[in-house]
Amino acid sequence: MQPILEMRDITKTFPGVKALTNVNLSVMPAEIHAVVGENGAGKSTLMKVLSGVYPDGTFTGKIMFEGKEQKFSAISDSEDIGIIIIHQELALVPLLSIAENLFLGHETAKMGVINWYEAYARTKELLKKVGLNESPDTLITNIGTGKQQLVEIAKALNKKVKLLILDEPTSSLNEKDSDALLELLMEFRAQGISSILITHKLNEVTKVADRITVIRDGSTIDTMDCSDGTVDEDRIIRAMVGRELSDRYPPRHATVGQPVLEVKDWSVYHPHHAERQTIKGVNLTVNAGEVVGIAGLMGAGRTEFAMSLFGRSWGQKITGTVKLHGKEVDVSTIPRAMDAGLAYVTEDRKTYGLVLIDHIKHNITLANLEDVSKRGVIDDIRELQVANGYRRDLAIRSSSVFQKTGNLSGGNQQKVVLSKWLFSGPDVLILDEPTRGIDVGAKYEIYGIINKLAEAGKAVIVISSEMPELLGMSDRIYVMNEGRFVAEMPVAEASQEAIMRAIMRS
Amino acid sequence: MAQATETSRDKIDILHFVKANIRDYALLISLLIIMAYFQYSTNGTLFMPVNMTNIILQNSYIVIMALGMLLIIVAGHIDLSVGSVSGFIGAVAAVFMVQWKMDPILSVVVCLALGALIGALQGFFVAFYRIPAFIVTLAGMLVFKGLALTVLGGASVGPFPKEFQLLSSGYVPDFTTFELFGQPFNVLAMVIGLVVTALIVRANFKERSNQLQHSMAEEPNVIFYGRNILIAIGFLGFSYLMARYRGLPNVLIVMFALIVLFTFITTRTTFGRRIYALGGNEKAAKLSGINTERLILLTFTIMGALAGLAGLIFAARLNVATPKAGLGFELDVIAACFIGGAATTGGVGKVVGAVIGAFIMGVMNNGMSIMGIGIDWQQVIKGVVLMLAVFLDVYYKQKQG
Repeated sequence: MQPILEMRDITKTFPGVKALTNVNLSVMPAEIHAVVGENGAGKSTLMKVLSGVYPDGTFTGKIMFEGKEQKFSAISDSEDIGIIIIHQELALVPLLSIAENLFLGHETAKMGVINWYEAYARTKELLKKVGLNESPDTLITNIGTGKQQLVEIAKALNKKVKLLILDEPTSSLNEKDSDALLELLMEFRAQGISSILITHKLNEVTKVADRITVIRDGSTIDTMDCSDGTVDEDRIIRAMVGRELSDRYPPRHATVGQPVLEVKDWSVYHPHHAERQTIKGVNLTVNAGEVVGIAGLMGAGRTEFAMSLFGRSWGQKITGTVKLHGKEVDVSTIPRAMDAGLAYVTEDRKTYGLVLIDHIKHNITLANLEDVSKRGVIDDIRELQVANGYRRDLAIRSSSVFQKTGNLSGGNQQKVVLSKWLFSGPDVLILDEPTRGIDVGAKYEIYGIINKLAEAGKAVIVISSEMPELLGMSDRIYVMNEGRFVAEMPVAEASQEAIMRAIMRS
Repeated sequence: MAQATETSRDKIDILHFVKANIRDYALLISLLIIMAYFQYSTNGTLFMPVNMTNIILQNSYIVIMALGMLLIIVAGHIDLSVGSVSGFIGAVAAVFMVQWKMDPILSVVVCLALGALIGALQGFFVAFYRIPAFIVTLAGMLVFKGLALTVLGGASVGPFPKEFQLLSSGYVPDFTTFELFGQPFNVLAMVIGLVVTALIVRANFKERSNQLQHSMAEEPNVIFYGRNILIAIGFLGFSYLMARYRGLPNVLIVMFALIVLFTFITTRTTFGRRIYALGGNEKAAKLSGINTERLILLTFTIMGALAGLAGLIFAARLNVATPKAGLGFELDVIAACFIGGAATTGGVGKVVGAVIGAFIMGVMNNGMSIMGIGIDWQQVIKGVVLMLAVFLDVYYKQKQG
């Protein structure tokens, strides 16, 4: 049988980073094909190549669909031939009705005048197909995420889908909704529609997938056929993480001291959904000179935990106690958390970390202007010395400290953010994905900086989705899943398999 | 041979520097070209001492409000109410001084405080309830336009006491009665002009030597000296013109002091730096421990006080408070900031730019009036100039990538 889709030797590079290297993927007609891999392995990039988000010419390789080579210059090209992608963040307009969303951009109209009778009739038909019992009039904002997901799928059906791509469709669904969604995929398979399912949840994969492709570090590792009975979760996990830990991490000499930060019974609710508890009674201790890692998948609540701790910058109804050096402290606002000795290096440096239109010097001193000023007047010379000092110490590669941070590479931007927080003089440094989107060389330098901080007696928390990095950097690792710490292990007892197991079986 | 390469490299440096700072120079050069053009087309009327003094008096309130508006625009907001607020404060001042016979100084103080309070009230909704400033100040614009009418009972109220009129029509008295070319010449104006020029040039040289010491001087020598010579010529020439008429208007002193103060605030203080960070990336500023709400409240409070001051100056100049005072001022003020290079997205803008922007508008108003161009075409031309200035700004930014 001919595969419905074949992607051959797909290679995609971003400035400084090779995201995909000779990736191959083939999907058979009426097949559910799972694509699995760690965060950042390249799954989403591959799907963006397939759906035309990255147009032909921005990558190398061939896409064959139904036996013909395809060159997409926009998403609409791939949709026209029946490839529909449903993203993790749903693309629905909340304040429009289900019917309006279903036909958005493809209205049942003549000369621009919409025929609502036809739209409603067809909406009812489509909703029936996906098993959604709602009126076409209902606003999207009034139905839950699970049902919204079904509306997205109904939208895909309306466009005569032949290959449906779902990116983490169940990550925000509860078990019942997830099961319903997987049932639906199997029904589609019976009707001859193929699906690509991208997911972290291995139990789902083994339940519905016909074949599984594992991607790691931008390359295809293996494609497994589930029908021969040799595929189980352990084999998938091994393929996902199976990389040797080499000397990509500078050596550490940890001398762990007294507890610096102690968090007890920390619990946080979602800022927009007051009934949803995102962090559920977390306890954490970090000692002087210690690097503590927090492992977990996307959506586990790691960033939410860190930000809620840092001056309640995320969430509401926050309860729990925070002790620094054994004394309870007030961290209810960002300035208070900073006064107490906390610093938080964000995972999204462009949105939350830097003033991109301003230069390096101004960014470095922003969180601690008091130390370069007297009675509110900035001492230019002192500020320049501080900025130059960090530029030298952290090797921020730039023409001078007057270079705009928006023009720096990811690694150097990260060093500027790190400088800013080092200059604020914290006791506890929370680093959220400190090496995301950074090339290998800069990563090594950042690890060196983290080591130096720990050696200087600071308490360091590293949140990372790259497990090898956590294993290489931390002294101790907490594993987080669905708002809870589900395991705690000294690094000597930790392994990628152990962490994955703790997550999958929690 | 070596000499030749050296010189050509210097040339490249100068070109490079000018290119990188083209926005600043383009603005100043535009003002000079506009002045030269009107000097020519008004047969030399523009630079006559009496007309120069007039330009200052006519534009002082716009310049003063542009200072506050610049802070607000840099912070990423806008204030549409400044015209109405200044009109309202002028009306209140008239009620205080003309109808209630209140002491002028006390009236001025109360009026400024009232302006600040109005600004704070609007800032409060913007900062703490996150209502877009556009909406809040649009509402303010209507409210205070209406209140001005109410306070004045629909009629003009005046004249003001002599002491209050001095705010706009007074001049700093001279210590001699010197005459030049058979006409009175205000020596004090010239002396102050000399002192200010000397202070500015000295400050520039001090900064330059500091920069050289820490090898952070980017400006080539030629440009640095050229710039200082131009500054000296500009200031001395201006003082000479002022001296040939009646000397330094009181308003000029107030305006100049405020320009210096706001330049200092925006370039040297933590308060100013934080406003730029707030406008550049509010989320990052907040996560860096900056109290962004308080900062927004403060900028609007300052704007309110300055709008109040502008209202007083305008009322003192007309010597009467009318319900129509302040009408459309906000447009000139906002235009001045954007012509001066402030970015609509926030985070970018200079006090000097806003001041030059205000004078570009002012000189054009003045020059076109002298030429006898009707108010209709004046509006059209001003609109085109605003569009052109912002277009060039955006165009250059896109070109630079």
